Amino acid sequence: MIYALLFYEFCKIGLLAVGGGLVTVPFLFDLSENYGWFTTRELVDMIAISESTPGPIGVNMATFVGFNTAGVGGALAAVIGLVLPSVVTIIGVAKLMNRYQCNMRVQTMLKGVRPAVVALMIAAGMSIAELALTDMLCGLVFAFLLAAVRMWRHSPIFYLAVAAVIGVALKL
Amino acid sequence: MLSLIKLAAVFFKVGLFTFGGGGAMMPLLQEEFVRKRRFLTDEELLDMYSIGQCTPGIIAINVATFIGYRQRGTAGAIVSTVGMVLPSLLVIMLIATVFERYMHERYVAYAFAGVRVGATVLIADVILNLWRKNIGNLQEVLVFAGALVLAVGFKVGAAWIVLAAALTALISGELKKSKK
Repeated sequence: MIYALLFYEFCKIGLLAVGGGLVTVPFLFDLSENYGWFTTRELVDMIAISESTPGPIGVNMATFVGFNTAGVGGALAAVIGLVLPSVVTIIGVAKLMNRYQCNMRVQTMLKGVRPAVVALMIAAGMSIAELALTDMLCGLVFAFLLAAVRMWRHSPIFYLAVAAVIGVALKL
Repeated sequence: MLSLIKLAAVFFKVGLFTFGGGGAMMPLLQEEFVRKRRFLTDEELLDMYSIGQCTPGIIAINVATFIGYRQRGTAGAIVSTVGMVLPSLLVIMLIATVFERYMHERYVAYAFAGVRVGATVLIADVILNLWRKNIGNLQEVLVFAGALVLAVGFKVGAAWIVLAAALTALISGELKKSKK
């Protein structure tokens, strides 16, 4: 039952992907390896599109993966799975706490998870780089854009648009 | 207080104009709930963000649920979240439908080769930021190194690595407490 499976897998992501948007990427890599729902190349395209379309990245990627795997029902199953842990936890937190504070133990755990998240992002980033940086020219464009991103903060869309123009101009 | 329909509509608008992660949503929420309607103060919104950061799930959804709950209880929480994700669902499904058809045009393929390099750049940028903020002391370096070996060397799934890191942090936290 593909819908139940999508729902379950994205529930897991909603529960374990701590932080914003792109931290769901390592989990999506696992999905592509375990189920073969999409290739790494498709995943990279989905990331780029999710960054440059309206809506939070995490939700966009869940929609994309769900829709490509099992159509409209798949998109709904994935998104509902992704947001359910949030909705349940926050309602619980809002009910239980009069003063909004994080529980100390939870805070320790989440802080402790972050270094592991960095490692997971590097592992995912390596697979993506392997696929995207096909030759020296791509490597140079990568170095140039990374320097630009670090020096001048602009929105992700701005840099993706620049990257698209460079791609066409240099016939990458 | 906002009606359920109005609440959904406001979050639909916020979802439609948010590009990127939860942080990008902040100015829109300030505009809608702090300045225009005065339902929240800046401090309350910041508190919601810090809770959203230390509860499971995507920050954007956590904050939307939180505000919705404060306005209209459980129904408000659900309605806000639905409003927030609806633009994503509609736009992405539309794009996914036409994507395959144009993907093989030559110039679209060039553009996407460039965009893939751009996506790699954005991920590298996120990694550098995460690194600076989260890896300092010895324990953090060890957790990082352990996770990297498990992920790259042994192909352990992300879920297991996150759970193992959480458990490690919990145990070492309790040990530190009992020493004091």
